[in-house]
Amino acid sequence: MTGLAFLIPIALGMGALGLAAFLWSMKAGQYEDMDGAANRILIDDDGFGEDEA
Amino acid sequence: MNAPAVLHAPGDHALTTSRFTVPGMRCAGCIAKIERELPKTPGVHAARANFSAKRVAITHDPAVDEAVLEQALQTLGFEAQRVVDNPLGSDAKERKQLTRALGVAGFGMMNVMLLSVSIWSGADGATKQLFHWLSALIALPVIAYAGRPFFASAWMALRHRRTNMDVPISIGVILATSLSIYETLTGGDHAYFESAVMLLFFLLAGRALDAEMRTRTRAGIGALLGRMGKSASVIGADGTTRRVLAEALEPGMLVLVAAGEALAADGVVEHGASTLDNAMLTGESLPEAVSVGSLVHAGAINLGAPLHVRLSHVAEDTALAEIARLMDEAGQSRSTYVRIADRASRLYAPVVHTLAALAFIGWMIAGAGWHQSLVIAIAALIITCPCAMGLAVPSAQVVASGALLKRGLLVKDGSALERLAECDIALFDKTGTLTLGEPRPDIAALDAEARAVALGLAQASRHPLSKGLAASLLRAGVEPAAVTNIREVSGEGLTGTWRGLRVALERPDSATTALATRLTIGDESQLISFTDPLRADAAETFRALGQWQISASILSGDRAALVAEVAAQLGLAAEAEASPQAKLAALEALKAAGHRPLMVGDGLNDGPALAAAHASIAPGTASDASQQAADAVFIGEKLMPVAVAIRVARRTMQIVRENFAFSILYNLLAVPLALFGYVTPLIAAIAMSLSSLVVVANSLRLASSAKEPRA
Repeated sequence: MTGLAFLIPIALGMGALGLAAFLWSMKAGQYEDMDGAANRILIDDDGFGEDEA
Repeated sequence: MNAPAVLHAPGDHALTTSRFTVPGMRCAGCIAKIERELPKTPGVHAARANFSAKRVAITHDPAVDEAVLEQALQTLGFEAQRVVDNPLGSDAKERKQLTRALGVAGFGMMNVMLLSVSIWSGADGATKQLFHWLSALIALPVIAYAGRPFFASAWMALRHRRTNMDVPISIGVILATSLSIYETLTGGDHAYFESAVMLLFFLLAGRALDAEMRTRTRAGIGALLGRMGKSASVIGADGTTRRVLAEALEPGMLVLVAAGEALAADGVVEHGASTLDNAMLTGESLPEAVSVGSLVHAGAINLGAPLHVRLSHVAEDTALAEIARLMDEAGQSRSTYVRIADRASRLYAPVVHTLAALAFIGWMIAGAGWHQSLVIAIAALIITCPCAMGLAVPSAQVVASGALLKRGLLVKDGSALERLAECDIALFDKTGTLTLGEPRPDIAALDAEARAVALGLAQASRHPLSKGLAASLLRAGVEPAAVTNIREVSGEGLTGTWRGLRVALERPDSATTALATRLTIGDESQLISFTDPLRADAAETFRALGQWQISASILSGDRAALVAEVAAQLGLAAEAEASPQAKLAALEALKAAGHRPLMVGDGLNDGPALAAAHASIAPGTASDASQQAADAVFIGEKLMPVAVAIRVARRTMQIVRENFAFSILYNLLAVPLALFGYVTPLIAAIAMSLSSLVVVANSLRLASSAKEPRA
């Protein structure tokens, strides 16, 4: 039963970490432009915007 | 990575951020082009595109004018419009709050469930007590936070002596929590924390989906909004001009209306001659010629030369404002519409609460003692708590609107889908709705050279015929010829020089056909005629509507002869030359006769009718006001989305009814169990998640509902 003393805080801590990560990602605006994020991966910017082929 | 390189460039001075809607942003290339090229404009530090909202945020020096930025976007090939309002509207805020609550509820549910599973699998004695206490510790703050949307809404309803779906939900959650706290304090057997948190999680999922659907389509529609006369250049006594907002204009002011600009107030032309595009106001496709003394109205777009207009009616007195007022009044009736979920809860809540009360009284009479009686009554409330019911409507509507979105139809909210399903008669505007609303030239007779020259000329003008010609030629893959010295004479046409030859696009001499232009290259000239063609699938759409027992007719503001021609072609009844007031009256008459009319229209003159109709649809090319008044907006050249919308809306309501039927069946089975005291927290948890899963799975059947039906 002493194992519980470790396991429960660990389980709760991991859950809280996940929640904190979710709330942070929301605050950082990661869900603002879902379609844009999907499209941005297609942008080819090797030339760093010098010229457009 | 292709994240924005710099958001805040180094520098001591403060930068400001302006936002523009850019409806033309359609692909990754557009994002790249805007974010790469805009910072090359002097004074612009960075640009960040939001593809979903079709907006661009530009960080720039305060000294840079918005007109400069608009121009810069224009040169990149994007129509842009400054967004004045706060980008985080109340809708977005509500959605964010719901998502956050959903995250918190999810966290709580997982952790409480972890502890509950241990209890169910046999933890007892001190361990069980400890787990109950831990569950309470997690669940209480989670319920307090995640339950707020429901508690607030239930409280509002009760204060107005009404009831809605949130009242039984709140009562159920609060009672379950209170009972669980009591059980924990007294070292009892059953705590229902996981049921309470799970209930909130499922219901929040439904709510969040509903909010997501609304913001997604609102963003789409907001991006489509075009330009209206929001300000004007007023000419002062000393001849200088200054921009004045539309609200601040006064009668008697002299304003300069540049080519391409929309009028912001009604007035009389005092100097100059030009043509005006009145399509927004009257629905007529043909530009109207105006000269000194002509009466002009707000909302008209100046196509030709600059005009000096002496204002006569401003702000609230313009013909445009009158239409807006009519729309406002006509829209009132819609706010009294009661959505199906609330109608269901009006029947449902009293039944469930009476049952719980009866269970309590019954067990008291049977001598079970008040503690056991209360536990049973609350268990009955928890198990009947409208978990599946709360998901029945939003899950179906979200799936349906997603399916419709793929077919080019944006539905504004769930209530719109419900009303669309109830329509039994349809009225269509002609110009811009049945027809494409833009003149299409007949370019088959032109050779490659003529096409290139025509495009070179047409690109330089804002006249609707030129724009239509340029668009068609571009679609045909024509490269424009390098025409120089292009000059536009209002009411006459365009002239220019190409390879030393005089080339022109001019008004034809004969007044035989109004929609035509004469292309001249050197000595040769030929006539290009224009038509405003019907949408290709119009007839097919009416057949589909007929299948759904919806009779359609035309209600147009255009001239009788033109309307009769279209009506004959489609075999529909028609009413022509209807003013906005007459259209509104026609709608009201239909409603008084017990019909539920669907209005499909685009012009501002359709606005009041769109607002008054039981449900309404506007094409994506419609005026701002019409798109705002309509329940749904369809994009593209096809009319079919209108018929698809009706089909999907009806199918959605069928699925919603199935979901309700399932919820009722589930309650019929679960309630006796609860009433006889057999419901433990474990059974409650299983029953709740099972019923929710069944409802969501049933709603997912709508995913393919907007596809063509199998032949």
